[in-house]
Amino acid sequence: MAELTYREAVAHGIAQEMRRDPSLVMLGEDVGPAGGVFTPTEGLIEEFGPVRIRDTPISEQALVGAAMGAAMTGIPVIAEIMFSDFVAVCWDMIANEIAKTRYMTNGQVSLPLVIRTANGGSARFGAQHSQSVENWAMMVPGLKVVAPSTPADVVGLLAGAVRDPDPVLFFEHKGLMGSKGEVPDGEVVDELGTARVVREGTDLTIAALALMVPRALLAAERLEGDGISAEVIDVRSLVPLDARALLDSVSKTGRFFTVEENPRLCGWGAELVSIVDEEAFWSLDGPSVRITTPHIPLPAAASLEDLALPSADRIYETVSKSVDLGSRR
Amino acid sequence: MRTDPRYDYALSEPRLPPPVDESLAEAPIDTEVRLRMWRKLQEIRQFSKRAYDLFLQNLVRGTTHLSLGMEAVATGFGAAIRPDDYTFATYRGHGHSLARGMDPGRAMAELLGRENGILGGKGGSMHLTDVSVGMMGSYAIVGAHLCVANGAAWSAQLRGTDQVAVVFFGDGTTNIGAFHEALNFAVVWNLPVVFVCENNQYKEYTPIDAVTAVPRPAADRALSYGLEPSLLDGNDPDAVYLEAREALGKARAGGGPTLIEAVTYRSGGHSRADPGKYRPDQEVEAWLARDPMVLYRARLLSIGVPQDRLDEIEQEVARAIDEATEFAKGGPEPGEDSLLTDLWADGGSSWRS
Ligand SMILES: Cc1ncc(C[n+]2csc(CCOP(=O)(O)OP(=O)(O)O)c2C)c(N)n1
Ligand SMILES: [Mg+2]
Repeated sequence: MAELTYREAVAHGIAQEMRRDPSLVMLGEDVGPAGGVFTPTEGLIEEFGPVRIRDTPISEQALVGAAMGAAMTGIPVIAEIMFSDFVAVCWDMIANEIAKTRYMTNGQVSLPLVIRTANGGSARFGAQHSQSVENWAMMVPGLKVVAPSTPADVVGLLAGAVRDPDPVLFFEHKGLMGSKGEVPDGEVVDELGTARVVREGTDLTIAALALMVPRALLAAERLEGDGISAEVIDVRSLVPLDARALLDSVSKTGRFFTVEENPRLCGWGAELVSIVDEEAFWSLDGPSVRITTPHIPLPAAASLEDLALPSADRIYETVSKSVDLGSRR
Repeated sequence: MRTDPRYDYALSEPRLPPPVDESLAEAPIDTEVRLRMWRKLQEIRQFSKRAYDLFLQNLVRGTTHLSLGMEAVATGFGAAIRPDDYTFATYRGHGHSLARGMDPGRAMAELLGRENGILGGKGGSMHLTDVSVGMMGSYAIVGAHLCVANGAAWSAQLRGTDQVAVVFFGDGTTNIGAFHEALNFAVVWNLPVVFVCENNQYKEYTPIDAVTAVPRPAADRALSYGLEPSLLDGNDPDAVYLEAREALGKARAGGGPTLIEAVTYRSGGHSRADPGKYRPDQEVEAWLARDPMVLYRARLLSIGVPQDRLDEIEQEVARAIDEATEFAKGGPEPGEDSLLTDLWADGGSSWRS
């Protein structure tokens, strides 16, 4: 066991996979000597050299397209998009080309590639450097979508993503970069499509992702003080989705909450709620409730951003109120 | 590489073709290669005409983009390319697919939306792909595939092979960002990639010079990327073949990318039943007279190939296209059992437990 920051875990995971597979390469803007804007790739070029860790021009279409072309001709690739907001610049490449190609070609083309990107708010970067766009990716058939919340998950899920023969969008959260956690020694490989119960509980289920997981856990602690036992599930992977884990939990607790950083409309929680509604309706003791960022671009000012993103306080209050209403009915 | 002053025609109105370069009859090209090119020209032409007929019979649904009049580009490159090289094409990619050796029956069946299509009916006319022959796909969002071709070239570089990626695109594509990103990227990384602009002088229904800052949409951009401008007669299979050989050889030897502008003309409309009425009659007639079939038949006769040999090849191809059509028509329509397959590498499309 070693204690790593989330940021260090990224480099750790990439290095683990690059040592295992000598054909694996990475490209992106400033990923080489600079080590990335959030320095998640620091040290990699020293070990793997400039052929395998390659800096690109500011050309998101060209770099993601290059990742695709390399992957389809037998080279597994990790591409970095500096901020997830910038995926919009190469969304054609991701949503139209990468996502569709295997299906359109009737299975002729394989795309073993991972697009890593710094996602989410809390860094006061304003509306164009702070979005949570995991739900954009989730909507596109053909993309796998992963968003780890701990250093150990960063390593394990990154390894899982690299080894997955399908394209994976890997969302690293900016607000978690400095957080620390234990990472097991030796090779760490995790399975995509598996959620994790990070806190067991009996009264209600809270599903959260990335930065929202620690916030949901804080809220759950406070709820416990009020005698409410919340189960918290780290969804970890939106596609494939561990719907089973959610349904199992809800059939036990009878209440379902989501905590989403993406803006409200068509956020990932909407899909989860619809699954719970269709398949666990008779287990429910009350409505499912989504706690999300309002449907606005993220503001820059600290006070405003804090109001916009779901906080532990807002989670606690929303859940308490909803549970309270339920018990009074 | 050279820029041929005869192509300054683009500044004229209507856009009339330049005279044929008769000296190409003397070019060092084996007669066998030339006969193969004649066969391929025939195959692409007859396939396209058949696709059009089937479209009129409502057997080809949706849309289809033919390369009637533009066959020499695919043919010249097809003859020069190595079997393990990579080809990337646009929605106007039937000719390039056939040039790489895609089975015409399976291509036709794909146009008809049949199970025996090269993509099982899932891709359609705009996405013909056959990885087994190096045809790495036909892409229908303008520009993207230039970037993807770079990736295949990068992969060849990483694997230490001397494979080359060749990417075909239209004149209109030179005005989208991906074109410029791809060129800069390829030059900076010294990639073994050949960019081939098929300048058919129209982007859909608009003459290219009406929407482009420079008269020669690709060649005039070459210098911005440190590349030599290269402009050639895209209706002359020999001209294309020679330039293709040179560019492929240069890329293979580590000399990096080439940008070629092959000037040609789409003798039909942009897609489907577009009659192409926006083009001056005088222009269309002049280019029809300059059609690659007309040009190449004359070339082959001039170097002493007997007329009978040319006719014989034409008839052999006609029989093959008839067979391809029967094969395609005979295929069943794909059913439910394939609808949900092959989204993922595990063969399925499941997204949840
Ligand atoms: C990004 C994008 N914009 C617009 C279109 C619609 N469109 C399809 S073909 C075409 C014209 C392209 O012209 P050109 O590059 O000259 O190729 P050509 O069709 O002449 O072969 C357009 C605008 C598209 N497919 N993709
Ligand atoms: Mg055009």
